[in-house]
Amino acid sequence: MEWETVIGLEIHAQLATRSKIFSGASTAYGAAPNTQACAVDLGLPGVLPVLNAEAVNMAVRFGLATGCTIAPRSVFARKNYFYPDLPKGYQISQYELPVVYEGEVLIELDDGETMRVGVTRAHLEEDAGKSLHEGFQGVTGIDLNRAGTPLLEIVSEPDLRSAKQAVAYMKKIHSLVRYLEICDGNMQEGSFRCDANVSMRPKGQAEFGTRAEIKNLNSFRFVEKAINYEVERQIDLLESGGTVVQETRLYDSVKGETRSMRTKEEANDYRYFPDPDLLPLEITADEIEQIRATLPELPDAKKARFVSDFGLSPYDAAVLTAGRDLADYFEAVVEAADGEAKLAANWVMGDLSGALNRDGREIGDSPVSPQMLGGMLKRISDNTISGKIAKDVFEAMWNGEGDADAVIEAKGLQQVTDTGAIEAMIDEVIAANPGQVEQYRGGKDKLLGFFVGQVMKASKGKANPAQVNEMLKKKL
Amino acid sequence: MSLKESDVQQIAHLARLAVDQDRLPEHARNLSAILDFVEAMSAVDTAAVEPLAHPLEMSQRLRPDQVSEEDQRELFQSIAPAVEEGLYLVPRVIE
Repeated sequence: MEWETVIGLEIHAQLATRSKIFSGASTAYGAAPNTQACAVDLGLPGVLPVLNAEAVNMAVRFGLATGCTIAPRSVFARKNYFYPDLPKGYQISQYELPVVYEGEVLIELDDGETMRVGVTRAHLEEDAGKSLHEGFQGVTGIDLNRAGTPLLEIVSEPDLRSAKQAVAYMKKIHSLVRYLEICDGNMQEGSFRCDANVSMRPKGQAEFGTRAEIKNLNSFRFVEKAINYEVERQIDLLESGGTVVQETRLYDSVKGETRSMRTKEEANDYRYFPDPDLLPLEITADEIEQIRATLPELPDAKKARFVSDFGLSPYDAAVLTAGRDLADYFEAVVEAADGEAKLAANWVMGDLSGALNRDGREIGDSPVSPQMLGGMLKRISDNTISGKIAKDVFEAMWNGEGDADAVIEAKGLQQVTDTGAIEAMIDEVIAANPGQVEQYRGGKDKLLGFFVGQVMKASKGKANPAQVNEMLKKKL
Repeated sequence: MSLKESDVQQIAHLARLAVDQDRLPEHARNLSAILDFVEAMSAVDTAAVEPLAHPLEMSQRLRPDQVSEEDQRELFQSIAPAVEEGLYLVPRVIE
């Protein structure tokens, strides 16, 4: 039988506020255990939660960026379950009336097609603390610093049909929250993580199959692997006459498999009810318009502009606009290089990205500034240096040897364009390779490349290849 | 609406309440009586009534995003049954 995969994602994005969603405790990452867990976060008797305005602002920004409706009135609810890292015995979340709902994002598929993915809703909630099991005998250590950190839970429609699409969607949301500056997107630290709902159905069938939920996937690679494993598992199960059980599963990244998580599933009755400690959240049309006015240019718009204004391919434009930092860097290079956009795109996506990867650096702390790179590109376009020599200049700039002009001057890398000098080199090469000369003249055109190579070598790479080509043809 | 004894057991489990097995029929009867009492409300036509999220006719006040709390770990942990290296210790919970 031919099966169709159906996937929906629930993404948890930690909002980049300074203080917690309902208390004035700090949200800074990496503090000593429980030093940022105040009386409200601990759920001590007599405390009251007070909502953080910035968390609301950030949720609205996300809603506007994804074409969601912003609820004029939304309600906080208690989600009840018992776990030691949840001190109150309930998580404050939103249930029936989320702050934003019914939007969409566009994702780019491998074949260049664009696909619409529905955003069902995004709601505000508080994060739980952390349980530490290692290093203790018979007990678990609880750190409540994370308890009360604001989360935006972004729920997609079950529109995704493969692990690849799921990853593309997750990357799109990741890019968006970073553009909007509402989440740092740091997946190692757990600031951006997701649960995947996966089910199978016979192709052509309208109803959904029974789904399994894979919890806490904290890398794009794990999302892809976990979903692919789960799809195989469910198909095997269904084809051998079994049924999929609705359950929560964990992905084991070491073994590369998902396994059933038994403890929490029985409590899947959360008995939501409106939290009497919090009044309904009201957002006026004026407030929404004020927030809309502060939105930055978003990735889709930026990509379209890079294609139309700079003549980049949609693929290059997508790569360069995936991150706001990279896009800003690229634009600064283009400006410094007097508008040489295609050249700038090649260098930013090629040598610069390569060097950043090699040294494990972020674009923000590149030793080569956009002005330096742009300055070097100007020297390529005015024929002071060849593209090949430019690679050496780039490395020298990367290693802190100054800007392009300083490096070219110090190392004497100016291109040789003096026809007399090139002619002398060509004569030498022709004289040294009589056999090849004869073959070339006998019709073996391909040998031209050999001669160009020899002359370039003689010039230590400094001759202008186009000029050498031209002159060689005449000479031979 | 009437609750079965198994419903009472399930509700008690979700709330982590230890319920005496002998008293299950009594609890089922009492809880069902409460539900029956509220059931009278079903007779009212509420089609045009907006669901009530809070009895006060007010909206949520917001606070500016500022860190206002200091570290009081020592004070809070002085009443905890067990702590170690700044962590609260609880019976092992991993599956």
